[in-house]
Amino acid sequence: MLLIDCPFCGKRPEVEFHCGGEAHIARPADPAQVDDAIWAEHLFVRKNPRGLHAERWRHLHGCGQWFNALRDTYTDRFVETYKAGEQPKHPLTETRA
Amino acid sequence: MAQAFRLPMGGRIDRSKPIRFTFDGRMIDGFTGDTVASALLANGVHLVGRSFKYHRPRGILSHGSDEPSALLSVDRGPGRVDPNNRASVVEARDGLKIVSQNRWPSLAFDVGAVNDLLSPVFVAGFYYKTFMWPRSFWDKVYEPVIRAAAGLGVAPQVADPDRYANRHAHCDVLVVGAGPAGLAAALAAAETGKRVIVADEQAEPGGALLHQPDALIDGRGAEAWRAAAIGELDARENVVLLPRTTVFGYYNHNHVAMVERVADHRSDAPAGTPRERLWQVRAAEVVLATGSHERPLVFADNDRPGVMLAESVRVFINRYGVAPGRRTVFATSGASAYVAAADAKAAGIDVALVDIREERECGPEAAWLRAAGVDVLTGHTIVGTQGRKRVEGLVVAPLSNGGVGARRVIACDCVGMSGGWTPAVHLFSQSRGKLAFDAALDAFVPGVSAQAERSAGAASGIYDLAACLDSGFTAGTRAAGSSARRTFAASETRIGFKPARALPTDANPAKVRAFVDFQNDVTAKDLKLAMREGFESIEHVKRYTTTGMATDQGKTSNMNALGIVAEGLGRPLPSVGTTTFRPPYTPVTFGALVGPARHALFDPIRTTPIHEWAAEHGATFENVALWRRAWYFPRPGEDRQTAVARECRAVREGVGVFDGSTLGKIEVVGPDAAEFMNRLYVNAWIKLGVGRCRYGLMLKEDGYILDDGVVARLADDRFHVTTTTGRAPRVLAHMEDYLQTEWPELDVFLTSTTEQWAVIAVQGPKARETIAGLVAGIDLSNEAFPHMSVREGHICGAPCRLFRVSFTGDLGYEINVPSDYGRAVWEAVVEAGAPFGITPYGTETMHVLRAEKGYIIVGQETDGTVTPDDVGLAGMIARAKPDFVGKRSLARPDLLAAGRKQLVGLATSDPSLVLDEGAQIVADPNQPIPMTMLGHVTSSYFSPSCGRSIAMALVADGRALTGRTLHVTTPDGFTAVTVREPVFFDPDGSRVNA
Amino acid sequence: MRRFSLASLLKEAVDGHQGWGRQWRAPDPKPAYDVVIVGGGGHGLATAYYLATVHGITNVAVLEKGWIGGGNTGRNTTIIRSNYLYDESAHLYEHALKLWEGLSQELNYNVMFSQRGVLMLAHNAHDVQSFKRHVYANRLNGIDNEWLSAEECKAFCPPLDISPDVRYPVVGGALQRRAGTARHDAVAWGYARGADARGVDIIQNCEVTGVRRDASGAATGVETTRGFIRAGRIGVVAAGNTSRVMAMADVRMPLESYPLQALVSEPVKPVFPCVVMSNAVHAYISQSDKGELVIGAGTDQYTSYSQQGGLHITTHTLDAICEIFPQFTRMRMLRSWGGIVDVTPDRSPIIGRTPVDNLFVNCGWGTGGFKATPGSGHVFAHTLATGQPHPINAPFTLDRFRTGRLIDEAAAAAVAH
Repeated sequence: MLLIDCPFCGKRPEVEFHCGGEAHIARPADPAQVDDAIWAEHLFVRKNPRGLHAERWRHLHGCGQWFNALRDTYTDRFVETYKAGEQPKHPLTETRA
Repeated sequence: MAQAFRLPMGGRIDRSKPIRFTFDGRMIDGFTGDTVASALLANGVHLVGRSFKYHRPRGILSHGSDEPSALLSVDRGPGRVDPNNRASVVEARDGLKIVSQNRWPSLAFDVGAVNDLLSPVFVAGFYYKTFMWPRSFWDKVYEPVIRAAAGLGVAPQVADPDRYANRHAHCDVLVVGAGPAGLAAALAAAETGKRVIVADEQAEPGGALLHQPDALIDGRGAEAWRAAAIGELDARENVVLLPRTTVFGYYNHNHVAMVERVADHRSDAPAGTPRERLWQVRAAEVVLATGSHERPLVFADNDRPGVMLAESVRVFINRYGVAPGRRTVFATSGASAYVAAADAKAAGIDVALVDIREERECGPEAAWLRAAGVDVLTGHTIVGTQGRKRVEGLVVAPLSNGGVGARRVIACDCVGMSGGWTPAVHLFSQSRGKLAFDAALDAFVPGVSAQAERSAGAASGIYDLAACLDSGFTAGTRAAGSSARRTFAASETRIGFKPARALPTDANPAKVRAFVDFQNDVTAKDLKLAMREGFESIEHVKRYTTTGMATDQGKTSNMNALGIVAEGLGRPLPSVGTTTFRPPYTPVTFGALVGPARHALFDPIRTTPIHEWAAEHGATFENVALWRRAWYFPRPGEDRQTAVARECRAVREGVGVFDGSTLGKIEVVGPDAAEFMNRLYVNAWIKLGVGRCRYGLMLKEDGYILDDGVVARLADDRFHVTTTTGRAPRVLAHMEDYLQTEWPELDVFLTSTTEQWAVIAVQGPKARETIAGLVAGIDLSNEAFPHMSVREGHICGAPCRLFRVSFTGDLGYEINVPSDYGRAVWEAVVEAGAPFGITPYGTETMHVLRAEKGYIIVGQETDGTVTPDDVGLAGMIARAKPDFVGKRSLARPDLLAAGRKQLVGLATSDPSLVLDEGAQIVADPNQPIPMTMLGHVTSSYFSPSCGRSIAMALVADGRALTGRTLHVTTPDGFTAVTVREPVFFDPDGSRVNA
Repeated sequence: MRRFSLASLLKEAVDGHQGWGRQWRAPDPKPAYDVVIVGGGGHGLATAYYLATVHGITNVAVLEKGWIGGGNTGRNTTIIRSNYLYDESAHLYEHALKLWEGLSQELNYNVMFSQRGVLMLAHNAHDVQSFKRHVYANRLNGIDNEWLSAEECKAFCPPLDISPDVRYPVVGGALQRRAGTARHDAVAWGYARGADARGVDIIQNCEVTGVRRDASGAATGVETTRGFIRAGRIGVVAAGNTSRVMAMADVRMPLESYPLQALVSEPVKPVFPCVVMSNAVHAYISQSDKGELVIGAGTDQYTSYSQQGGLHITTHTLDAICEIFPQFTRMRMLRSWGGIVDVTPDRSPIIGRTPVDNLFVNCGWGTGGFKATPGSGHVFAHTLATGQPHPINAPFTLDRFRTGRLIDEAAAAAVAH
């Protein structure tokens, strides 16, 4: 079970959290203007990397806040967590932490 | 004679407390402190089981949790019978009934032993090559026979009377193993004041110290040192010392799982004592002091009962005061067995030792042991054993110039073998640490750590006692964040061994049966066969031969298998790979993992404030998500159908009352509440007047219906949102997701109020009259309070939000009162409605009534692939809105394509026939298979109001098929139906506005 | 290929089985192949086998970064069934089931396909409706599946607790009698042996590190840890690692890779006659020929390539098992492990062309790929051989995520695999 550092509450066990998948996928400002392919990409296509992954978590059974995390999907180690709307401090360009 | 093999003195058993149990019906006497294995050996019992495949006689190999062979059924009383217990782990106590396994009719005479004669055929993987003809024989003949032969013990047949506990804990330092290294680590960590947990799998902490009475530590005897260490740990408030606690799993982020055996060893456990307790520990730092396992030697017929590990012979002598044999031959490739031999000699046992190493390869131990009066043969290989159900002799032969010389038999009744040592790196590997191969140790040792852990002592390949203590102490201080260092003085440990693979033999190696995995009956030649057939990765070899896959998970066999494979392939051992260790370290009962999570603690049961009333009034309940809801209220003699028919009539003709408290409720509040609602629902909200309600429809971003429910506007900035019973948490999460991450600029707060309000639906032509006398501050007239509106006021003196809404199609109100008032108001309503024959109704009647009106239920008419248009609700969509969640997806090609399934009504030609929900619909019942399915029945009931069955269905292009005859599957065939509008009752909707 | 038979086994028994040769060779990679298959799991090996046997294409390499069958093929709970709801899925899995029924004989390798029946338990009104929908749909598609009452469920699976005392009482079930289990490793080995015998090169310890493309964008071969290998066509069958391999060709996939855990108990004498799956309590269980209870459930919630997950998934799975089989609390968990399952948004596979010419993909099997192995290989071989989908895999395109023509069994039924 992961130990997740909620930016609002501190470290808590994974069972308090809900994972929301890849982070930083911006909803098109005007969905009507994008074609089907781009819309499908928005809805369904995911980076799914083996290595650093920016992902969304919600402290469901806690403060209820959504936040982001940078985690290595090979080691399952968290590099950092940060609030929604922020960018990670650690460069995402590296594939592995 | 009872306990004929008990030594006259010595051991840690309590000779003042005799115990007695049975083995296959025979009385076995022992002492408190014995394991089942030591007590059996004390009584001269070596034959304890039959092997998995060949049914060969098997004895006790080891003294610990690595035991592969001595697996027994243990009966601790009614319902407390379980198989595959290791004799070396089960603590002996009064009254146990121990039964051997995998034999018929008896352990001594086992018909299955015929398999041993067929062993030339039953080699590794033989079953992949045969049993294929004729084809039908696999299911009917071969597999049943194979299955009956397989398996070891018999699974429990009845419910388990024991209970299991669980506990979560945090600590600064978790020390795994309380041998010398673990105790030193624990002492070091404890001295810093940090919170320390020490877990050890044995009944007594101390590990190897428990069977080294002669060892000295810092000038004291090992036992004195051990007792002092444990005394100090026990005295400290910052230390929890857990014996009988096996750390079995090392998971992410230092989440460590262990199981504590609480009751099985006690015959006096108070009632209610949990049998076992699962501990889940989150440790800042972990010290792994898990020790090491001795390797058997691989030679012909090395599985004879009486052939044991050398160190285990020593343990039985020193710790249990048992002589496993009167004449014991030690066979070894290293130094540690010399100490075992010396201890055996000192205990008065007739001892000899055979070393496969040349004289020059041996250390001072050879001369030392000879000086003690023991015959030591060096430079000899072992080529076999004599005896069948008990070893009677060890067959040895000198090695010279690479050849094997003349055989010679050393008569014996016990063999103590040692092929060297393997650090127990299981937990380190589970933690995802990288193993490193140490050629000098011929073993994998912990390399680079992946988590906050460190290994110490034998687990890290350190076998010298003083060095173990040093490494433990250092690990303990480092784990506790201290840099203190201490060195220990201890008596010398005889270490070092020569890697032994399959021992050289003069026999045809293709015929020699030298066992590597004792439990799964895998021999060295099986491994060679696998290699010959192209299985070269150790994982392939493992899977093809099953080596290392038995209940001991290869603790004694893996390194031997790996060595033999590496040798066979002519490759360096590490390049063959090591198997990945996974939880659990030793088998863990399901009960411990489940703990108390049964029944209502498996999933919580949610009930409403009116639940008890319903129960008192005879309601039958159904599970809906976590809720338990009143299904119908049968009167004496009524079945479901008649009860539901009566409830339906009551609502249509008078008044009914329904507990709607399970409906999800969310309060949406804030200056941007309307804008938020506008973006989230398909409907328009900006212009909805205060005091008005609207049926809201919510989509997922993919355009399919997520949920629906009535939404009331209580103020410009406040909405009372309702959701379906099952989806309330999901809807709130969906809302929070968009609010927090997509539209953080909106000033809105969301609060779940599901449990805050009790909801009492009063439905039927007499609904207004029923509540009129109870309500204060609200004008109930049709003009002042029309359908789809909401008012705040009081009922029975309690504050309420009164909705005029209907899910029945009749005049109706939904009274929302704070939950604490729920039952009182419900009872007041029931009393007030008595003159009108008010009738409580349950979910089944609710379903029928809404279906008569063609109202959908999300999750019944919809299934996650249904759009608003599919269910005829396209009109709900506020087309002018530039965007809402799901809007863009509705424009995807397939969601606009012709042929989508649309909601329709179905009328059976036989009005009494109620279709199966889920039944499929076709145009031509005579079409050959595969048939073209047009859709399926989503709802189907007998409608008392209509006097006939009704059904709704999703049918391809269904709305265009109105009036057409289609055919619906029944259990026996098809029945004809006519497609119609999905509204069966009061199509112009006049009744709700009454 | 030396034929396996009782006679050959007995003959070998006489002289200590010295005469058996390799079941497949260990060739060095050639510079070029007509078809290169990336991924030596069951699906990849089956694809190679059917390329050789059905289409006569034998200049084929299967590249495996580790050892064949070491991924999800060797890590699943081996449930095989075809009682899917939608025509597309039903046809695909039934195609596979029919191939399973003759597979041991076809491969001359006993894959121990055991048609012991898969019983899916219903615990509430929604389950009843959903399962009957399946039963009826299957009947019209010629697939066996029948509705059982709770008592009939108990008769079919005696260990089952159908009392009303459990948290979610059993109200009935859907039984597919032709469904069952098989020996997972044997499937990989049997296909490997069969493909190898027909000339396919199975190359282990060979990891693909890049996809080379020409000026037109078409794929021309793969870079590997054992050098560049030219390929007429490339079929990616890399399960949990598909996103990574496809990214090498700049193709982004609608996939996420999750840990899926399973466990076995210690072996016991026969106690469990069939496969039981329950969606409401969320677990599935069968007993292997060796006697182990084989138990699985859902995925962890986050993506991961670690092949391990959290203990709470295991405990909750066992909570569920012991809720409907309370007598098993004294059984012991012997082994647990994890795989990496690639999941599409509609939980149905993607089998077919990609935006890159000569590059084909077969992925997205999620938690239920093992059962499809023969069918998947068979239709993917057709696709690779002809450049066009077989009618059975035609609906399973990558493009369906654009059009919205999803095949969402899970949404339709909320049925776990």
